[in-house]
Amino acid sequence: MIPGFIATNAPALLIAVPLLGAFLSPVIGIISRDARALWVLAIITLTAIIGYFVAFLVYTEGTVLYVFGAAETALTVPPDSGGIPIRIIFAIDAMSALMVIIAVTVGFAVILYSLSSDSRRSGLEAYYTIFLLMIGAVLGMVSTGDLFNFFVFLEISSLASAGLVAYKVERGLAVEAGLKYLLVSTIGGIFFLFAIGILYGQYNALNIAMLAEVIQWTPLDKLALVLIIAALAAKCGAVPMHFWTPDAYSMAPSAVTAMLVVASQASLYGLFRICFTLYGMTLSYVTIGWVIIILGLLSMIVGVTMAIPQKDIKRLMAYHAVSQTGYMLLGVGVGLAVLGDQALLSSYGTTAMEGGIFHIFNHAMYKGLLFLTAGAIIYQVGTSDLNRMGGLGHKMKWTMIFFIIGALAIAGIPPFNGFASKFLIYESVFAFSPILSIIAMVVSILTLASFVKVFHSVFMGPPLPEHENVKEAPHTMLIGMTILAALVIISGIFPEFFIQNLIAPAANALIDQAGYIATVLGGA
Amino acid sequence: MRMSKIVRFSADVLFGAILIFGFYIILHGHLTPGGGFQGGAVVATGAALVIVAYSYEEVLHMIKKAGLMLQESAGLVMFAGVALIALGLGTTFFFNYLANSGLLFGMSVPFGPNPGELNTGGVLPLMNIAVGIEVWGGLAIVILYMLSGISKAEEA
Repeated sequence: MIPGFIATNAPALLIAVPLLGAFLSPVIGIISRDARALWVLAIITLTAIIGYFVAFLVYTEGTVLYVFGAAETALTVPPDSGGIPIRIIFAIDAMSALMVIIAVTVGFAVILYSLSSDSRRSGLEAYYTIFLLMIGAVLGMVSTGDLFNFFVFLEISSLASAGLVAYKVERGLAVEAGLKYLLVSTIGGIFFLFAIGILYGQYNALNIAMLAEVIQWTPLDKLALVLIIAALAAKCGAVPMHFWTPDAYSMAPSAVTAMLVVASQASLYGLFRICFTLYGMTLSYVTIGWVIIILGLLSMIVGVTMAIPQKDIKRLMAYHAVSQTGYMLLGVGVGLAVLGDQALLSSYGTTAMEGGIFHIFNHAMYKGLLFLTAGAIIYQVGTSDLNRMGGLGHKMKWTMIFFIIGALAIAGIPPFNGFASKFLIYESVFAFSPILSIIAMVVSILTLASFVKVFHSVFMGPPLPEHENVKEAPHTMLIGMTILAALVIISGIFPEFFIQNLIAPAANALIDQAGYIATVLGGA
Repeated sequence: MRMSKIVRFSADVLFGAILIFGFYIILHGHLTPGGGFQGGAVVATGAALVIVAYSYEEVLHMIKKAGLMLQESAGLVMFAGVALIALGLGTTFFFNYLANSGLLFGMSVPFGPNPGELNTGGVLPLMNIAVGIEVWGGLAIVILYMLSGISKAEEA
């Protein structure tokens, strides 16, 4: 069905297709706007198919390796290189595959949504180019097995995201948000580059597996880890480096915001990948685990308390995104804190990590959905101020239903997916430290309270006279939201299926450092 | 705003020299420091020089934004295309299929001290040329947009 050379080169095509599509979209845009829309849709569909295919390969046949520029795809250590993997290597294991699935699913939904929600804007030739670049960069970040290559994709995603955040201009407000995002990203990028330099200077290697094999936890390695955690925690919006998220998330077009959530999670993935796979058992896992747990706790509490008083619907959701990132950090941080203790790891550590990783998946779906509903509301009403909305439930029934699904999922109400992952986190973190679990539950209740407020002020009440002409959102926007809503419901009703087939392999891939090294370096 | 005739004439003369220097850096990217990005940036400074010497409106007649944008896309597509051809040859993405092939840029690198053989490197020079085309177009657009604001403010 799939030609052989496409199957063997699927990891490269995962990056090549969106990039080529991005570069050609301005040229095709010269023909007509519809041609460009079709082209972008075709490219993202193709990317999604390749992404699912790669993930399928990973789940059925194990880690997929791809060596760029080598004579064969799996020739990680060339015979004349002296045992060093000199080329850029893509090492897609179960954790990467999960992130690829998230990125292509959300990417497809938001591009579909964006085709009508942003069709009225000017400057679209650059918009779709940058959007596809951003999706390609996120896919690159989660697929790569090379530290410097990760940095390159991190920078591409930062620059593309900053461009998209500033895209609406909005009398300079969006530009300010984009500049803020760019500043944080650039400083983070420099930190990351400096850390790479430290590691490269010591071990003469950039490949994650190669570094993991020889890393020793010298003072310089500690410095590098601090820089990397600071950079990537800033990029994923953890408190106290969260200040760019409300601006960037609220000022970007809604489709972009949903993708920004995924880009932040790709940074989170990088953080976990480096802690578990690169440093692994060499780092003092209790200390670093607690650092990540405390970052998570701060994000949860500060995020949700800042969200409650917000009056702008997207700003409010942005603070909730910060708060939800805290859950992921908490879950995976608990896993890291007991990494060295096999008994504790198998009794609750792995479950906590599964909870955190499942929350990454769930968060991408329901948060993406919520931002898309907010975008649909803003698209129709023309304001993002909660005080100037009301009674929209009469006119926008589908958007209201999608909003309810997203809001109940984020608050952790069964049968939606937020419940499944939060329950895993509560249960396992309770065994680790009951107080953390209680804080997590309180944050969840506050989240529910905040979304009840939003729901009431947007959809309830009599129809307002100034919203006389408001209609339901266009069909392609609704289809984009339907995809995400369907996933929220399905993964909420059948969490067992998702955990067993997607999440548990991902958590095991993170823990199994030796397996990763052996797969990438082979017998060399 | 338009500079004096002396400035415009010097710019005309220098423009050619800058272009040649830029192309030199692009083409020798695989031998000497520099490469597609640096050479492309040098060529784009040629555009900057012309914009400074002539008025913005005159430059708009000489350089078309749409053309530069097309050039930007063409460079990037060429870059990805050169890498993609390797897939058709049954090797991996970015495989250097021209090196040591005897075809374009396909000579083997001579051993020992030598002045630098241009006809080596395989796909590297092609990638450099692609990046050069892209950066030339992209930076020229950036310069055009940035300087458009300045010229209007001075007239007012």
